[in-house]
Amino acid sequence: MIEFTGWDIVRNLLLAARWTAALSLVAFALGGLVGLAVLFARVGHAKPLRWGAVAFIEVFQGTPLLMQLFLVFFGLPLVGIDTSAWFAACLALTLWTAAFLAEIWRGCVESVPKGQWEASASLAMNYLQQMRHVVLPQALRLAVPPTVGFSVQVVKGTALASIIGFVELSKASTMITNASFQPFTVYGAAAAVYFLLCFPLSAWSRRLERTLHVAHRN
Amino acid sequence: MAYQFDFVDVFKYTDVLARGVGLTVTLIGVGGTIGIAVGIAGAWARGYSGNRALEWLVAGYVEAIRNTPFLVQLFFIFYGLPSLGVRLTEVQAALLAMVVNLGAYATEIIRAGIEAVPRGQREAGASLAMTRMQVFRHVVLRPALQKIWPALSSQLVIVMFGSAVCSQIAAEELTYAANFIQSRNFRAFEVYFVATGLYLVLALLLRQGMRSLGGWLVFGRRA
Repeated sequence: MIEFTGWDIVRNLLLAARWTAALSLVAFALGGLVGLAVLFARVGHAKPLRWGAVAFIEVFQGTPLLMQLFLVFFGLPLVGIDTSAWFAACLALTLWTAAFLAEIWRGCVESVPKGQWEASASLAMNYLQQMRHVVLPQALRLAVPPTVGFSVQVVKGTALASIIGFVELSKASTMITNASFQPFTVYGAAAAVYFLLCFPLSAWSRRLERTLHVAHRN
Repeated sequence: MAYQFDFVDVFKYTDVLARGVGLTVTLIGVGGTIGIAVGIAGAWARGYSGNRALEWLVAGYVEAIRNTPFLVQLFFIFYGLPSLGVRLTEVQAALLAMVVNLGAYATEIIRAGIEAVPRGQREAGASLAMTRMQVFRHVVLRPALQKIWPALSSQLVIVMFGSAVCSQIAAEELTYAANFIQSRNFRAFEVYFVATGLYLVLALLLRQGMRSLGGWLVFGRRA
């Protein structure tokens, strides 16, 4: 049997944490892009797009992330797409992140006074120009703290990817536990690594909120 | 080759799904109630106990829970605690994890509600010679809960979605039932599709339930 020292456990956890970080970054970046597209559909004038965005948000906010992961992981092969745990996790987390970010940002866009829309419309700006030059710059200020705050949820969400077999921090903890029989130490250390990833983001979000004088959302 | 969907194979296992839904509802019902109670206690400890050490302890608890994934908390409780001599069944561990998790979020939510109650209310209570505890119980708590009831309801839904993870320690809730069925009939997509639909319905019912409960308990409308 292999002996696991404390350092072995920490070292392996840190190596696995790189995948947690990678998955979080991909999901957050792509989720942000998709979320922006959903936001444009959600606050735009085209009814079908708006309804589509509402349905998208409702479905992804209204069901467990774990189910979304399972559906993507087991559903993609059915339509002939060869999938890996990494790809399925990226896709599911991206869509989930997009739904939440779109809804967070919608709140920020809607808090921009209506007169701003009317004023920019009177300058013959079209919808995209209004968003780009008038509304989004003002909404951005409000959007930053809750967006940073949500990134914590994304990091924690990546833990679920372990369940479809993607080896990141949580999966690595389980594997190390099975080899070392030290669940208390291993899961405790894993929790500490997650905390080190998440706490700075939480603290940063709180500080941004204070400095930008935005009331706490939720 | 086109895949043929077969949902009939899923509905043969309705009894398994029903038992799964039953445990999920039990978990969120019991865990939610105790979790909110913990949240109220935590919010009291942070704002009203007047005890520095307790305040720091609760703050540490809230931060520790809010910055780690539920899955790891669950594994820590189920696999880790036995080495301290605390041995729990799957359902007990799932419940404890949900209570601990919800308790931290509820503490933060309820604290925000308490801070939103105007200062004058507390001062008025104090001027009537109420103790701090009496002010908290009779003056502050209800308006605070009224303010944050929607946020608390959302958090409860999030915790219910999180409970899907309890399948990983073999607590036989809805996701466990889905895993079991797909291991029997290999209709993974269909099974999880149905389970997802059930979660959607459960979330709607939970929201509605919280609205009614809030109307009766917090807003004092007897309908």
